[in-house]
Amino acid sequence: MGEEQRRDGEALRRVHAALNHGRTAVPARAPGRPRHIRTREAAIGEASGGERGSGLPISITGIGKAYGAFKALDDVSLDVASGEFLTLLGPSGSGKTTLLMVLAGFQRPDCGRIRFGDDDVTLAPPHRRGVGMVFQNYALFPHMDVAGNLGYPLRLRGLGRSEIEERVRRALDMVQLSGLGARQVDQLSGGQRQRVALARAIIFEPRILLMDEPLSALDKKLREEMQIEVRRLHRRLGMTTVYVTHDQREALTMSDRVAVIDKGRFRQVGGPREIYERPGSRFIAEFIGESSFLPVELRGCEAWAGGARLMLSGGVPAMASPLLVLRPEKLRVLAPGEDGAGLNVLRGRVDELVYQGESTLFYVELPGGARIAARQAASASAPALPGVGGEVALALAPADTILVPDDA
Amino acid sequence: MTAATAQGPNAAELRADARRERLVLGALAAPGLLLIGVVALAPIAWLFWLSVRKGDSYTLEHYARLLHSSYAYSLQTTFELTFLVTAICALLGYPLAYLIAQARQRTAAILLLFVLFPVWTSLLVRCYAWLVLLQRRGLVNTWLADAGLIDLPLRLVHNFTGTTIGMVHIMLPFMVLPLYATMRAIDRDYVRAAANLGATPSQAFRHVYVPLSLPGLAAGIIIVFILCLGFYVTPALLGGGRVMTWSMQIERNVTYHSDWGAASALGVVLLAMALAIFWAVGRVIGFNRILGGR
Ligand SMILES: Nc1ncnc2c1ncn2[C@@H]1O[C@H](COP(=O)(O)OP(=O)(O)OP(=O)(O)O)[C@@H](O)[C@H]1O
Ligand SMILES: [Mg+2]
Repeated sequence: MGEEQRRDGEALRRVHAALNHGRTAVPARAPGRPRHIRTREAAIGEASGGERGSGLPISITGIGKAYGAFKALDDVSLDVASGEFLTLLGPSGSGKTTLLMVLAGFQRPDCGRIRFGDDDVTLAPPHRRGVGMVFQNYALFPHMDVAGNLGYPLRLRGLGRSEIEERVRRALDMVQLSGLGARQVDQLSGGQRQRVALARAIIFEPRILLMDEPLSALDKKLREEMQIEVRRLHRRLGMTTVYVTHDQREALTMSDRVAVIDKGRFRQVGGPREIYERPGSRFIAEFIGESSFLPVELRGCEAWAGGARLMLSGGVPAMASPLLVLRPEKLRVLAPGEDGAGLNVLRGRVDELVYQGESTLFYVELPGGARIAARQAASASAPALPGVGGEVALALAPADTILVPDDA
Repeated sequence: MTAATAQGPNAAELRADARRERLVLGALAAPGLLLIGVVALAPIAWLFWLSVRKGDSYTLEHYARLLHSSYAYSLQTTFELTFLVTAICALLGYPLAYLIAQARQRTAAILLLFVLFPVWTSLLVRCYAWLVLLQRRGLVNTWLADAGLIDLPLRLVHNFTGTTIGMVHIMLPFMVLPLYATMRAIDRDYVRAAANLGATPSQAFRHVYVPLSLPGLAAGIIIVFILCLGFYVTPALLGGGRVMTWSMQIERNVTYHSDWGAASALGVVLLAMALAIFWAVGRVIGFNRILGGR
C-alpha cells in the first residue's frame, strides 16, 4: 500500500510537472472574478505541487436559493477543510442536491459566495470549476464506450492519445475494472457503472469531488463494498469530498464530518461520533439512529424523567423544554439482584418483544404511560428478559444521559 | 434430440402452457396482421405484378422505358427536390425542436401547437395560400417592393423555388416531431456531466447532445425523405408545370395514357428507392435506434 501510494504520488507529480510547465505564478484576483482556465493544459493539475492530499478547501458563505417563495437553501454557510470527507445528510427535499448543484455550478444561488481555495467561484461556469462529480444516475454517456467516457475529460484538456490510453488504463485498474474499456455502458452491471462513474469523476485529478447519492441504486451488499472502496480512493487521492446521502448509516460510516441539513438549513455539523452521541436537538436524535424521548422536568438544579432523578455527567443544561434521549442500545437490563448504583434506572413493564436475530428489541411502558424502546444483544451472558407484562429495570450510564431541546 | 429439453414431472405441461400462450398472442395479433396484409402488402404485390405484365405475357419493357431521358430528368428533379427539402427541414427543424425541447412545459406545448397547426389544415388550402403569398403580385413581392428591397417582382412560384418553399412548410412538422420527442428524452444530466468534465457549452452540445439526438434526426430525415419522394400535390400546384416529379409521371401515365404497366414500374422503382434510403440510414445509425429502441 505504501509503495503503491508512492507510485501514484510520483505519477501525479510527473503529470502535473509536465502540464504546469510554462505557467507563471498566478496573481491573486479580486473577489468575484473567478479564476478561469487559461490554457487547455493548465486545466489539469491546477495544484501547484500535485502532492497527495492536496484537496482544495471549500468555503460556503451565506448561500440562499429560493424557488418562488420556497427556500430550498436558506443562508447556508460551511467550511470544508482540504482533503476532508464531508457528508450532507438530510431527509428528502432538504436541499442536498440543490447545494451540490450550486457547488458544481449548475444552479445559480440567489445570494452568498462559494470559494474553492483562494478562488471565488460563485460566478464561474461549471466547466471552469474543475470539480469531479458523480451523478445520482451516473450520467455515463451512452454513445461512448467505457474508455470513451473515461477519456472524455482528458480529451477536452488536449492530452495526447497515448497519454489518455495510459491514464484510462490506470483509472480502470484503480476501480478494479481492468480490461473493460471496450464495453458499452449498457453492458455493465449497476456496480460496474458506479465504478466507471467514479473513475470518470476522478480521472482528471480534480481537487474537489462531489457525489450525489452515488450508491443509492445499489443493493445492500454492493453498497457496503462500494462504501469501503470510495473511502479507500479518498484516502489514496486526498481530494476534498462532499458526499450526499440520506442513509444515516452510510453517513456515519464514511465521513470525517457530517452536516445534517433540513429544510435548506444546517441543523448540526460535526464528526459522526459527535452527531450520534451528542445530538444537539430532537430532530438530530430522531433522524440519526433510533431513539425514544422522555419529557424532563427541571426542579431547581435537579432533572427528573420517567419517575427517576437523573444523574447527568455535565450538569443540568439550561433549555426550555428538555427531552431525555434514549438510544435502545444504551439501555441495559439490570439483573434481578443488581441495584444499579451510579446509573440512572428506569423501571417499567415489558410491552412488546421483537426478536431480530443479533438482538432483541423490546418496548417498555413506564409508570407515567410513556413507552420507550430498548435493545438487548442476543447473548447467553445477558440477564434473561422477562416475558410481555413482566417487570424490568433499565440502566443508563450518566455519560449516555443526554438532554436535547424539543424542536420537532 | 437437438436441444436439451427440460426434464421433470411437469416439464411437458409447462411447454404446453407456453405453446398455448403463443397461440393466444398470435390470435390477438391476427386482425392487425390481416389488415396490414390487405391494405399494404396486397396492393404492393399487385403493383409489382402489373409492372411486369403486358397482355398475357411477362415483360421488362416497362422498366426498360424508364431509361428514357424524360424519366431520367424527372427522377433527377425528384431527387434534387427531395434532398433540398429534407436538408432545409433538418436545418430549420433541428434548432426549432431544440428550442421547444428546452422551453418550459407550457411554452413548449404552445410552440408545439404552432408547429402542428399546419398539419390540421387541408394540404390544398395551404398550397393555394402559398400561391397567394408568393405570386408576382402576392403579399411577399408587394412587401419587398414597398420596403424598397426589390425593383422587379421575384419569381417565387410556378417554379422549383416555390415548390421547395411549399414542401418545406408541409414537411417541417414531420421533422420536428421525432426530433422533439428524442430531445425531450435526453437527460439534462448528460450535458451537465459534460460541462462538469470540462466541456464548454458548445463542446457539450456537439459531443453529447447532438449524438444523443441523432436517432430523432434520422427518423425525421427518413420520414421527410420518403414523403417527399412520392409527393404530388405541391409540385403540381406550385411548380406551375415546370417541375416534373416522378409522382407526376405516374399520374400522367395513368390518366393520359391509361398505361398501368408503366405507372406500376414507376411505383415499384420509387418503393425500392425508399427502402434503399431507409436501409442506408439504418446502416449508419442502427435500426433499433430509429425504430425507438435504445
Ligand atoms: N427546479 C425546481 N423548482 C422548484 N422547486 C425545486 C426545484 N428543484 C428543487 N426544488 C425543491 O427544492 C427542495 C430541495 O430539493 P433537492 O433536490 O435539493 O432535495 P434533496 O435534498 O436532494 O432531496 P432528495 O433526497 O429527495 O434527493 C425540494 O423541496 C424540491 O421540491
Ligand atoms: Mg437529491
